[in-house]
Amino acid sequence: MAHYDFDMPVTEQQIRQLKVNETVTLNGTLFGIRDATYIHMFDRGRKARFDMRGHAVIHTAPNVRKVEKSAEYPAGYAPICIGTTTSARMERFTRPLMEQYGVRITIGKGGLGKASQDAFRDLGGVYLAIVGGAAALETTWIEQIEDVDLDDLNPESLWKFRVRGFGPLLVSMDSHGGSLYTQVAQNSQGRRAAALAALGVKSQA
Amino acid sequence: MRVDLKQVEEACKELYIRALKLLPPDIKQGFSQLDARETDPTGKAILGTMIRNIKVAEDTNNLLCQDTGIPIYNVAIGSNVEVDGYGLKLAIAKGCERATREHPVRSSVVHPTTRVNEHTSCGRSVPVINIDFVPDAQTLTIEMIPKGSGSENNSWLKMAIPADGIDAIKTFVIDCVLEAGGKTCPPTIVGVGVGGTADLCVHLSKVAATRPLGTQCDDPEGARLEAQLTTAVNQLGVGPQGLGGDCTSFAVHVETAATHITMNPVAVNMQCHSARRARATFTPQGLSYGF
Repeated sequence: MAHYDFDMPVTEQQIRQLKVNETVTLNGTLFGIRDATYIHMFDRGRKARFDMRGHAVIHTAPNVRKVEKSAEYPAGYAPICIGTTTSARMERFTRPLMEQYGVRITIGKGGLGKASQDAFRDLGGVYLAIVGGAAALETTWIEQIEDVDLDDLNPESLWKFRVRGFGPLLVSMDSHGGSLYTQVAQNSQGRRAAALAALGVKSQA
Repeated sequence: MRVDLKQVEEACKELYIRALKLLPPDIKQGFSQLDARETDPTGKAILGTMIRNIKVAEDTNNLLCQDTGIPIYNVAIGSNVEVDGYGLKLAIAKGCERATREHPVRSSVVHPTTRVNEHTSCGRSVPVINIDFVPDAQTLTIEMIPKGSGSENNSWLKMAIPADGIDAIKTFVIDCVLEAGGKTCPPTIVGVGVGGTADLCVHLSKVAATRPLGTQCDDPEGARLEAQLTTAVNQLGVGPQGLGGDCTSFAVHVETAATHITMNPVAVNMQCHSARRARATFTPQGLSYGF
């Protein structure tokens, strides 16, 4: 399977070439976003000040330490532990984030659904799976918290990280209708009857 | 034995940090066993990353997972232990808040409707404190569990009826695992509560999900059910992170309680692969930490 190293931001062409089961490693800018950030941006009309065109977002709310602003800590935050949250709760925000901010990559765990799959196809986007719960390792890929917006929502602020060697991440939803989550769910549903039979369940409604 | 509440506060601070950083040995051993039997290349690679993360957390003295969870403290008080119960609850909350502010770690706790985060990991009825009384006369133990939301958001209760029998319980567990997919950060420990009232049934599912690996339900009926269900859920192919593979769950754990003649309740609560917990034991000889 092909592996790609991306210096952020990326073009639509770079995204369209990706297929499920390939891997990607990111360098440069990565934005952190999650529930409250999305809710305030898309349900409460707040505008984020970052230019996120061609960029990647990761579903996260980090552990940080508040410090004096400096060259090392330009946002006044030192990273402690940065990991990834379950993406499914943010499903309805994938399309507006892509349409209004031009984001092309969503990184998360557990996958997204049909609405996001359609947005990836229509607008040129992908979902990259990171291993959830492996935050200590993930933190070693983060060089700096460069900036932060909507920080009244802390820890659910809109974070701007600088990353190096962020990956490998698995392309688990592509812009061609491919989704490993759909494949696995279909396969698992297909095994349900056999599992219930092995348990001696008689009526399998 | 008389318990010093200042020491309890310190211990409850320490327990939260320890739980977030050190994975219990039974879970590490569980990972080795899963790694040995996983045949799917993606699943195998994911398990490898999880195992590497445990080492990185230890080497860098960092949190295993960024989700600091909802803090739960389970207290077991021996019969000859003398303690101010209300003061104990205050000391636990104070220790929890101090861990959050002094380490610091992310407060993941908000008011349920205003969504305001006080940045203390505390709030109305949080930390969750469960108090039990045990026969170990001179011992007080406090178990701390930072319960992650990815797994907690996948919790279910079904008030099945007697006519549906044990088949309803088995079918429900399988369907919950299928519905959870990768959202619970598998491989999971699937906790199943059987019987009781609605609230007791859900509580039992949490007890089951957070029980150490390698332990069995002390009701033989429950033990039989957990053995059968452990095999069955791992036939589903959900796999690590829901991306396919043999290892969907470390184990299914079952806890049972007597129920009403008209009832057949079953609850499912899951624990993610970052199955964190820490324990402090107070005895006349002093305070010790473990899992």
